[in-house]
Amino acid sequence: MRFIFKTRYEQDLVLFKHPGQKFWYGVLMAALLLAPLVFSEYFISQLVFIWIYSVVGLGLMLLVGYTGQVSLGHAAFLAMGAYTEAYLQARGWPFLLSLASAAIVSGLTGIVVGLPALRVKGIYLSIATLSFGFIVEEAVTRADSITGGNTGITLGSLDIFGLAIDSEARFYYVSLAVLILCILGVMNLMRSPTGRAFVAIRDSEISAQSMGIHLARYKTIAFALSAALTGVAGALYAHKLRFISPEQFTILQSIEMLIMIVIGGLGSIYGAIFGAAFWILAQQLIVTAKDWLPPEIGQQTGLQPTIFGIFLVACVLFEPLGLYGVWLKARTFLEIFPFYRKGMFKRQKSYMKSERLK
Amino acid sequence: MTAPLLQAQNLSIQFGGLKAVSDVSFEVWPHEVFSLIGPNGAGKTTIFNIISSLYKPTAGRVIFEGEAISHLAPYEIARLGIARTFQNIELFEHATVLQNLLVGRHCQRHSAWWQDLLFTPRVRRTELQFRRHAEEVIEFLDLQHYRDSMVANLPYGVRKVVELGRALAMRPKLLLLDEPSSGLNVEETEEMGFWIEDIKNDLGITVIMVEHDMSLVSRVSDRVLALNQGEVLTLGTSAEVQAHPGVIEAYLGGVDV
Amino acid sequence: MQFLQLVISGIAQGCIYGLIALGFVLIYKATETVNFAQGDLMMLGGFFGLSCMVVLGMPFWVAFLATLAVAMLFGMLMERALLRPLLGQPAFTVVMLTIGIGYLARGLVTMIPGWGTETHTLPVPYKDEVLRFGSGSDALILSTEHMVIIAVTAFLIAILFLFFRYTKLGIAMQATSQNQLAAFYMGIPVRRINMLVWGISAAVSACAGLLLAPITFVHVNMGYIGLKAFPAAVVGGFGSIPGALVGGLIIGIVESLSGFYLPEGFKDIAAYILVLVMLVILPNGLFGDKMRKKV
Repeated sequence: MRFIFKTRYEQDLVLFKHPGQKFWYGVLMAALLLAPLVFSEYFISQLVFIWIYSVVGLGLMLLVGYTGQVSLGHAAFLAMGAYTEAYLQARGWPFLLSLASAAIVSGLTGIVVGLPALRVKGIYLSIATLSFGFIVEEAVTRADSITGGNTGITLGSLDIFGLAIDSEARFYYVSLAVLILCILGVMNLMRSPTGRAFVAIRDSEISAQSMGIHLARYKTIAFALSAALTGVAGALYAHKLRFISPEQFTILQSIEMLIMIVIGGLGSIYGAIFGAAFWILAQQLIVTAKDWLPPEIGQQTGLQPTIFGIFLVACVLFEPLGLYGVWLKARTFLEIFPFYRKGMFKRQKSYMKSERLK
Repeated sequence: MTAPLLQAQNLSIQFGGLKAVSDVSFEVWPHEVFSLIGPNGAGKTTIFNIISSLYKPTAGRVIFEGEAISHLAPYEIARLGIARTFQNIELFEHATVLQNLLVGRHCQRHSAWWQDLLFTPRVRRTELQFRRHAEEVIEFLDLQHYRDSMVANLPYGVRKVVELGRALAMRPKLLLLDEPSSGLNVEETEEMGFWIEDIKNDLGITVIMVEHDMSLVSRVSDRVLALNQGEVLTLGTSAEVQAHPGVIEAYLGGVDV
Repeated sequence: MQFLQLVISGIAQGCIYGLIALGFVLIYKATETVNFAQGDLMMLGGFFGLSCMVVLGMPFWVAFLATLAVAMLFGMLMERALLRPLLGQPAFTVVMLTIGIGYLARGLVTMIPGWGTETHTLPVPYKDEVLRFGSGSDALILSTEHMVIIAVTAFLIAILFLFFRYTKLGIAMQATSQNQLAAFYMGIPVRRINMLVWGISAAVSACAGLLLAPITFVHVNMGYIGLKAFPAAVVGGFGSIPGALVGGLIIGIVESLSGFYLPEGFKDIAAYILVLVMLVILPNGLFGDKMRKKV
């Protein structure tokens, strides 16, 4: 385990804690940038999905993992972003402008959806967000003059400042760039007063208030930013699939988004990315495994939800920190071998106290 | 003649049929340690909650530095310079001690969310400044060892100190301490006593304290207010109040003949 | 007459929502967890009853009781194996677990070859029968299926209400819901009580599944109705048993009426709009208590 000898306060503020970290992230970046030259188009296409879902995960993580407001209707923001992008692109808006608009429209929707959060907590908030999810889904289906209703919208080809983004590789770079900007944004947020305010609201609203944090304001900001991030992901999603319709943005998607970040590991940016990677890679593995398994198991449509269900249950029961937790433990084990002890990451046992009294 | 820092005027609060606080008035002068004592259910923490605006009084008002504050929201009270600790520790469990203390500087922030998002140089400067202030509190309370520990992993005694530290990090004018020594052993209580004295003498902060430990109260308080069942029993120095027959009866039961 | 008919079918639908909401509220009252798999428990109950009748050839009422018994055991088993290890964890973790269980249940049922992916009819003895009041075009026609739902629900609610009010076990359940550690100290067998609560809740949902089956048929996505039960529980007040039923009835009636009187699409979201309105006016529901943390 590396022990960093700190001599200046700035060292706690920077994004990379020590040169080793910079090195490894540099290598990772180089590998990611070179990937389209080495790997097949199909593999790159899957990576693009991972980038898009990572942005989705980041958005949801900001709200659920960092601010503690559980949203069960997040697919609504994905829809807002996707449809805004489709609508504006059809009217000839340049990509960067329509992307920004998708973020703004989703952000504004987020503020509206966040209004119940100012008055209610816990399960009531989740149900309010669930309700909004349903209402937005229905509204999108009914407003067929704008959204094409159940028939959906097909998107045209994309170009940025005249450069046509017509290959998988080019879209890969675009989505990777967006992801990196989003990650930087969230990291900045979390090392600043706003991020601390979010964590404070998650852990103890009463003392957060008593320390000067304006709850309503920060909850609204959390909802808005979370929705905006998800909206950006929605815009990218629309371009990736080239076709969007209301069935892609149902309650099932909202729940899948939550499952994704829980499996990835709640409360960290890594969690969002690990969750997205898991989601896509697991689906790929199941598809390839289908050929290997006996037909009674392999050919059933229920295989995928069953496996994800098992993973989620296992994750919650055995590794609450999710895949990120597994990664941390594995890395610590390797770093300080043979001094690793089983109890290193043990948490204190606690008894349930009524959350209604929170 | 300086003006009182805080005035409670005819405070009353009723929860349904229960009168938790009934016509309580007192004044707290700058740079003094003022204690509230009384048996459980006397309304002491309720009074704190009224001052912090977590409850709204049904009658009466609170005046701080000459301005009425009962109508303000809790976060506005904090901005005025009133900090408090909680009886059952309300720390941010899944954050480090340092992060808990840094939240205390929140009132001093000047950056909007979008500036935080971009982490502008101004935000960076303010962050470093906040860090320096938090470090002063850490040094004052000897918390260096625990600086980067998650609060959830800390023992109870340390958490009590962090709770105090978090309130101090706000650089308040008035500090409300709710049972600072509850759950602490003799040694830790003595230390707490030293800190309260230092807070009063070195930092110049006015302290209102709810306490059951009479030795701590006698040691640090300038004046004591005794309450029973929501009403004022008596006000005076520690010795005077402890000798008051009404207080003896409320705390120890009636004198057996 | 049309109006009355709509109201009555709304009441019947509302009873189903109420029963499922009752299932959550029971669990919420006892362990403060929200069970997202409630609808899927209903679905499992429906499938089990179906299997009893079609595969094993049992008559309806025998299958009904068998399903309730098995559901009870299943609920207790679920609690013991999956939820008990999570004692003391934050509510969100447990919610995610129940979501996972629901997913798993749906996935496993779909994997049963040939059986799981189809829609089945439950051959109940009172199927398609109607009661007529009055004659001609003004007649009030009530389907027996609806009547059975309403009757069984009323009976169940009455029993459970009395149970929680007047029996030692019921009061013990309320104690564990408010402060688990204190309940342990008082000698209440908290773990056994939690198991029992889950068992009762699963049985109630399975019952709802069997009652609903004649109307919606038995299929793997039957459990989505469970999502509508959330608004029912919120409207009634999340900690209240009579509230769950009243909430369910209100939602059922509002849905039924909006399906007829309002433009298309409102029927599906009527429940959700109602919830949002409720959260604004009366955040704790009709019968919920407002509790605040004392600091």
